[in-house]
Amino acid sequence: MNRAILIAVFAFLYIPIAVLIALSFNAGGLPTVWSGFSFKWYASLAGNNDILSAALNTLIVASVSTAIATLLGTLLALGVEMRKKRGSALEALIFAPMIIPDIVLAIALLSFFSMLDVTMGLHTIVLAHVVFNIAFVCSVVRARLKSFDWSITEASADLGASAVTTFRRITLPVILPAVIAGALLAFTLSVDEFIIAYFTAGAGRASTTLPMQIYSMIRFGITPEINALATIVMAVSVVALTISQRLNRGVVGQ
Amino acid sequence: MTPRSPLLMAPALAWLTGLMVVPCALVLALAFFRRGIYGGVEYTFTLENFAQVFDPLYAGIFLNSARIAGTATLIAVVIGYAAAYAIAAAPRHRQPIYLFFAVLPFWSNYLIRTYAWIVLLNREGLITQLLRSIGYTGEPPSLLYTEGAVIAGLVYNYLPFVILACYAPLSRLNPELAEASRDLGGSAFTTFRRIVLPLTLPGIAAGAVFVFVLSIGNFVTPALLGGGRFQMIGNLVYDQFLTANDWPFGAALSMVLIAIMMLLLTLQAFASERASGRATAREEAA
Repeated sequence: MNRAILIAVFAFLYIPIAVLIALSFNAGGLPTVWSGFSFKWYASLAGNNDILSAALNTLIVASVSTAIATLLGTLLALGVEMRKKRGSALEALIFAPMIIPDIVLAIALLSFFSMLDVTMGLHTIVLAHVVFNIAFVCSVVRARLKSFDWSITEASADLGASAVTTFRRITLPVILPAVIAGALLAFTLSVDEFIIAYFTAGAGRASTTLPMQIYSMIRFGITPEINALATIVMAVSVVALTISQRLNRGVVGQ
Repeated sequence: MTPRSPLLMAPALAWLTGLMVVPCALVLALAFFRRGIYGGVEYTFTLENFAQVFDPLYAGIFLNSARIAGTATLIAVVIGYAAAYAIAAAPRHRQPIYLFFAVLPFWSNYLIRTYAWIVLLNREGLITQLLRSIGYTGEPPSLLYTEGAVIAGLVYNYLPFVILACYAPLSRLNPELAEASRDLGGSAFTTFRRIVLPLTLPGIAAGAVFVFVLSIGNFVTPALLGGGRFQMIGNLVYDQFLTANDWPFGAALSMVLIAIMMLLLTLQAFASERASGRATAREEAA
């Protein structure tokens, strides 16, 4: 019974994706009818300038927002876990970006940027992505810090180490796997994020990200090119998340 | 140590305040202003935007999207709970890997997961071809651009979330409780209904709240799988900001969305507190 349920659920979860991946290697032009194996749609992606520039934009947005969010989120996690008392307002503020519906944050930032007359583009997408990425990095690093024995940092200080040395030699090595795991998670979330980017990108093609490009392609219908692009994007996410998960498991195992 | 804590938190908190709290407060304020004649916003106080939400036209869309989101939630909870139950019953060393693969799709691109259903459901898609292969010769069935397609897409996208939310309490369940119930003559169904279900209710409720809120506020799935024929609150908000240019009304709609979410989360917290209180009493009795 349980085995049957698991098979059915995994079939439901993975068949749609499997069909999509299989069709990306389809030689024929018909997007859903199989007519032989081929890499030609991947090759045609490489010649599509719209897709390449969107991919570059996504890479810029994801890298910059991940870098900022990893720094701020890690510092936030350290600051929160150091505190003796727990503030529920603080917890709510840190938790909010994870539960607020994307559309609400998207229109809030759109209103905010237009009210301040900020010209929107890749930089405003970065500003927006850092918001939810801080929350995710922070929660991953905090989970690691839960089992951290703060008294060893005091011991280090007692032995004459400066705050910087203590951080570099004691705290950082302990939290590093979680920081990298958080950064990988943030990177994938940013690469895949569509709604907030769509609202904060401003007008014009110059700041189109990959998900925005995929959305406009899907609206025009199914093409084998989308199948190939979708396969690549999914592969990148899966690889990043698997590494992230591994690092996190190491953390839990210790 | 403590004095440095505020300093470490300051940059992130400043970021969250400046780019989340302030913009959200701005939307809240916007909801109480009048729409300008040429689009834009006129800064006079009004409650009209909220009154407009209850206008029969929009109230209809609200009810419709609540029905679609509610159906998707119900289906996702039933499937997700069964899956979580099956994972929790599997050998301990296999559970993390099952859970990882159950959640993996959730972390991949939402648009792509939705697009996968267009590939399946379109007139020449896999389902039509399966029907043909068993001898069906008629017109291809219209599966895409239906309410069913929208619901399938929502269930598919949010199912991993329900599995995760239900698995947590199921895996913590003390097996001795179910054993005690059986020893005392409870049938499998009674044991499930009186012991397992109440103890895992908080997980179900948490999963359900998120599926419902995310579904009702969705605009991508109705646009892609419903072909724009089915409007959710998310589509209404989208239209007010990007096409109709009635920002105050769009702001009011999104505040209603947040209010629904807060209400459901409060109910969920309340229900799980009661459930855990009763469960503890029962556990002590057992």
